[in-house]
Amino acid sequence: MNTFVGLPLERLEDNRLLRGKATFVDDIMLEGMVYMAILRSPVAHGRIVRVDLTRAREMDGVVAAFGGSDFDALPKIPLRLAPVEGVARFLQRPIARDKVRFVGEPMAVVIATTPELAEDALELIEIEIDPLPAVVDWTTASAPSALLFEENNTNVTARYTVCEGDMTKAFTAATYTRREVFYCHRHTALPMETRGLVAAWNETESRMRIWGSTKVLWFNRKATAEALGLELDQVHMLGTDIGGGFGVRGEIYPEDFLVPFVARKIGRPVKWIEDRREHLMATNHSREISCDLEIACSREGLILGLRGIVYGDMGAYTRTNGGIVPVRAAQFLIGPYRIPALEFDVAIFVSNKTPVGTYRGPGRFEANFFRERLMDMAANDLGIDAADFRRINLIREDELPYSTGKLVPYEKPFIYDTGNYQAALERVLEAIGYDRLRDLNGQEIDGRRHGVGLTCFVECSGGGAKENSRVVLENDGTISVHTGCSMIGQGLETALTQLAADTLGIQMSHIRVHNASTEDLDEGFGTFASRGAIKGGNAVVDGVKNFIEEITRFASEVIGRAANDLQWKNCAITAHDGTVLYDLPELAKHAAARQRVVEANGSYLSTDLTFSYGAHAAYVAVDPRTGAVEVLDYYAAEDIGVAINPMVVHGQLIGAIVQGLGGAFLDHLIYDKDGQFLTGTLADYLVPTATDFPKVRGESYGEKLASTNPLGVKGAGEGGIVGVAGAVANAVAAALRPIDVKITSLPLSPPRIWNSITDAANQVSSS
Amino acid sequence: MTDVAIGLTVNGQPVEVSIEPRLTLATLLRRHLRLTGTHIGCEHGVCGACTVIVDGDAVRSCLVFAVQADGTEVTTIEGLARGEDLSPLQAAFQKHHALQCGFCTPGILTTMHALLNEEPNPSEDRIRDVLSGNICRCTGYLPIVEAVLEAAAAYRKEARS
Amino acid sequence: MKPAPFEYARPGTLAEALSFLTVDDAKPIAGGQSLIPLLALRMAAPKLLVDISRIAELKGVEFGSDYIKLGALTRWCDVLKNPQLAVQHPLIVEAIGHTAHYQIRNRGTVGGSCSHADPSAEMPAVAVTCEAQFEIKSLRGTRIVPADEFFTSVLTTTLEPDELLISIRLPSWPSDRRYAFQEFARRVGDFAMAGCVVFWDEEDGCCVNPHVGVFGVADTPIRVRDVEEVLVNRPVTTNVIVEAVSTLQRIVIPLDDIHAPSAYRSALLGVLLERALLSASSCQRGQTA
Repeated sequence: MNTFVGLPLERLEDNRLLRGKATFVDDIMLEGMVYMAILRSPVAHGRIVRVDLTRAREMDGVVAAFGGSDFDALPKIPLRLAPVEGVARFLQRPIARDKVRFVGEPMAVVIATTPELAEDALELIEIEIDPLPAVVDWTTASAPSALLFEENNTNVTARYTVCEGDMTKAFTAATYTRREVFYCHRHTALPMETRGLVAAWNETESRMRIWGSTKVLWFNRKATAEALGLELDQVHMLGTDIGGGFGVRGEIYPEDFLVPFVARKIGRPVKWIEDRREHLMATNHSREISCDLEIACSREGLILGLRGIVYGDMGAYTRTNGGIVPVRAAQFLIGPYRIPALEFDVAIFVSNKTPVGTYRGPGRFEANFFRERLMDMAANDLGIDAADFRRINLIREDELPYSTGKLVPYEKPFIYDTGNYQAALERVLEAIGYDRLRDLNGQEIDGRRHGVGLTCFVECSGGGAKENSRVVLENDGTISVHTGCSMIGQGLETALTQLAADTLGIQMSHIRVHNASTEDLDEGFGTFASRGAIKGGNAVVDGVKNFIEEITRFASEVIGRAANDLQWKNCAITAHDGTVLYDLPELAKHAAARQRVVEANGSYLSTDLTFSYGAHAAYVAVDPRTGAVEVLDYYAAEDIGVAINPMVVHGQLIGAIVQGLGGAFLDHLIYDKDGQFLTGTLADYLVPTATDFPKVRGESYGEKLASTNPLGVKGAGEGGIVGVAGAVANAVAAALRPIDVKITSLPLSPPRIWNSITDAANQVSSS
Repeated sequence: MTDVAIGLTVNGQPVEVSIEPRLTLATLLRRHLRLTGTHIGCEHGVCGACTVIVDGDAVRSCLVFAVQADGTEVTTIEGLARGEDLSPLQAAFQKHHALQCGFCTPGILTTMHALLNEEPNPSEDRIRDVLSGNICRCTGYLPIVEAVLEAAAAYRKEARS
Repeated sequence: MKPAPFEYARPGTLAEALSFLTVDDAKPIAGGQSLIPLLALRMAAPKLLVDISRIAELKGVEFGSDYIKLGALTRWCDVLKNPQLAVQHPLIVEAIGHTAHYQIRNRGTVGGSCSHADPSAEMPAVAVTCEAQFEIKSLRGTRIVPADEFFTSVLTTTLEPDELLISIRLPSWPSDRRYAFQEFARRVGDFAMAGCVVFWDEEDGCCVNPHVGVFGVADTPIRVRDVEEVLVNRPVTTNVIVEAVSTLQRIVIPLDDIHAPSAYRSALLGVLLERALLSASSCQRGQTA
């Protein structure tokens, strides 16, 4: 019985958010709570000579101060994902000990009675660092004047090659080849809420409670318990409202170990809230990938082979995400296309910059840009229309399921499950008005050159093998649903309520879905890679179905009749003739009287991924004299199988596109050649505001259900961002093609575009 | 440093407090008055999440020291709803899915409330221009503009009466 | 990003305020929109903040026979909402329309912005180009400083620690004046990467009394007299504009920073001057595009 799934219902979470009654981690105030501030390295690379906490400790209001050796009991931050061979040698201690390796690395902590006093005390810490030369790119990393980790004798954390098909044959047979070097710049998610933690150690109960963790609570809990030398059930992580995740929030960071460690050490609850300057230098960066890519085609534009080297600048340490970003950047190079021969050499290295982790569509944003730019170059060289080039090479529906081959050393091949890639492209071409716009490519109208660009994509979702749920009958007859998936603003609370309500056949108002918390669920997995609806959703459905069995069993006990004489129908336990016997509030009373809790667990286990897919198109006007680009129109379409809440899904798409436009034009984390971090405030790190990209359109639709989960759902959180750089870069390139401008790197900021135009003009005049 | 005694009105309630001069209005609201609906996103006056209304003007509460707000009337997000009911602006936000994580939302609601009180018939361009002082990372702004356009009708009605 | 501790005083009169400013390491605060971020970043840590925001003598916009005087506490929103200013000095209203954002404009003041002296800010550029006079007071007396002597370097003015900017006096503005304001910023409300302010009067189809100022490209806003020389007593034709632009690019070598290298800024500045001159010369007199 389907009543709620598929409806664009207003969100349940909105009520408290709109009233200012939500509970974000900084809203939590505990009795006796004190505040932690972190001294962070002001230099990119150096040997620590001295950290003197004396004056800080003496300051009024300071409760304690600790430095490197005080934390020797803590282990390095563990690897959670992407265990590419070699990367585990470069894990991070929660606090710097002998060396600092990036601007922002924690060196000492101060705990005081107010956050202001804690920050005052930081200024009293005396430090001395002997600077070392900084590694800032592949050149300085691979011919190192200084190793970040002397013991490893290299700055290259991992290197591997994957290949499929016969590359020699492909390049021999090809009548056309082209090779270019592409670069995607360093940028990051910048959620509006910075990170924060509150940790409280209860000596009597011997229990640690932590707020502010998210994404993968159970992994984090296990790692934290181990780090602190505690048993698993001595550590709990409680859910809070969360101001955006986008992949960067929720991994284990140094503070996730430091804060609870300190809380236990000093015996008082500790709060640490990251300020925005800290956030920019301490929360994971992403996207800094370069790619030396070569394509081989037939004269008709059929892609015969794609090969390249992917360089991943991972910052100073391997984080929990392992090598995920460059791994995916290589793997997603093939996108939704049929490419018989593939060879990717992936080189991952450390540099004296903030460590890198996942950011919405990790590796895909980059890969799609590299591939789609090169495809457009090839199409142009061959005299083939950009859309036609894609039509020829897109995997056809009858070729699905389609194995991409083993493009990741530690993972089985991706199998694209269902889809109609051509249809998605046609939708976008129609919606943007491609036939009309294509004729404007390169034309100068009112002093600006116009161009339209395309990108097609696939996006995987549903990773992370398992998810759990627990469904409980409360005393008042309402149902509580506990999930392992954290709420990060993505509307999951509402979506899961819709699923639970439909499965149970009751009104949504009778159900409450709780934010993930380890106190409510023994094991869960989390919110990442757009798996919430898939794994979380299917687990909730399973849990509710089990609950129906359980409530029927309980009712049979109460009534003294056999369970198969009863059924759950129309929100009540009924006899087979339809007589209503007990509704939920009545059953709840009986349970209370018997001091019983009626509940059931659910789970969903699958290692099969599903693939959403679609296309993006951008129409731009470029002012060649200033390099300014205006996005005149933007359209993206994504097939997500089933939309539990279409309004929420659409919101994800539009939000992701705008965030991606920021990534293509504005967001930029900048370092100088000494590794000094230059974009430390929001005056320098620019993100889209309401006036930047007013014309953004898109649709999420459900044409091809996922074949790999019972709900048929595909993740909808990332498809909107992954195609943006490719589409706008292609549009800008198309606009500037008459003046031979080469667009191979991001961001597409006015000075950089102007430089490309000037370079092209100089080439012409010097030839 | 010397605390300073101040008196102000917050959401219609008189407040008297003795406070360190360096504490911002945002901190006074959140820490001393436990009105945690006003959020701190950057502490240097760029993101707009901390916006509240002071004597009718939308201002960044991280760029006002509490002592500077002495004698003023402050409205925060907690003061927007009409008792149990959401205000027309809040209801429009819910209808149009104009919030996702909700962290920037308080600052946007107060900004738009101040705008609509003064200009109950803004064009879409004007809304976007004023909204450009608030950063949202989740929604892409489109649904916010739609919600404000719809809510404006209620403000026009009130302005006429 | 919490400020270092400070003491706070809120004088009710100008005399009291000037007295407080003689205290060691005292700093005036009005709207605080420029100062408070500096304090939050701990780039400044005065021991005493003197809140001048309620001093009556610093408020108000005065229209004299041959001048317009803006009290230092005139807020951006006051400028934008003043119907008389819209008519009597449209340039300043247009320039302030580019300043910051809605919430900032409710607090930020002309006095605060000029005292802060960000080289990319609009008000200092307008003041320099329009030959404004800055009225400065201390307990030692009053002095009047022309705008182009007031701004000395990045975030630096001639203000002594015990001095307060009281008012800014602009010459009045003929209603048929030709003018234009052009700035280029990454996003609406951002500090300009480059900007220019131009105006002139017209006699017999020729440009007289030209004023050309540029900002966002050097340590202070600059009035570029060499460009004014190119324009004076000539009709502002396409050729004259080309000459003006090349003169500007020869004279002004913009600074480099992470947002724009010098060569780009120079090209940008040339484009902005060209657009400003074209716009001012082709519009109806007294208006802009």
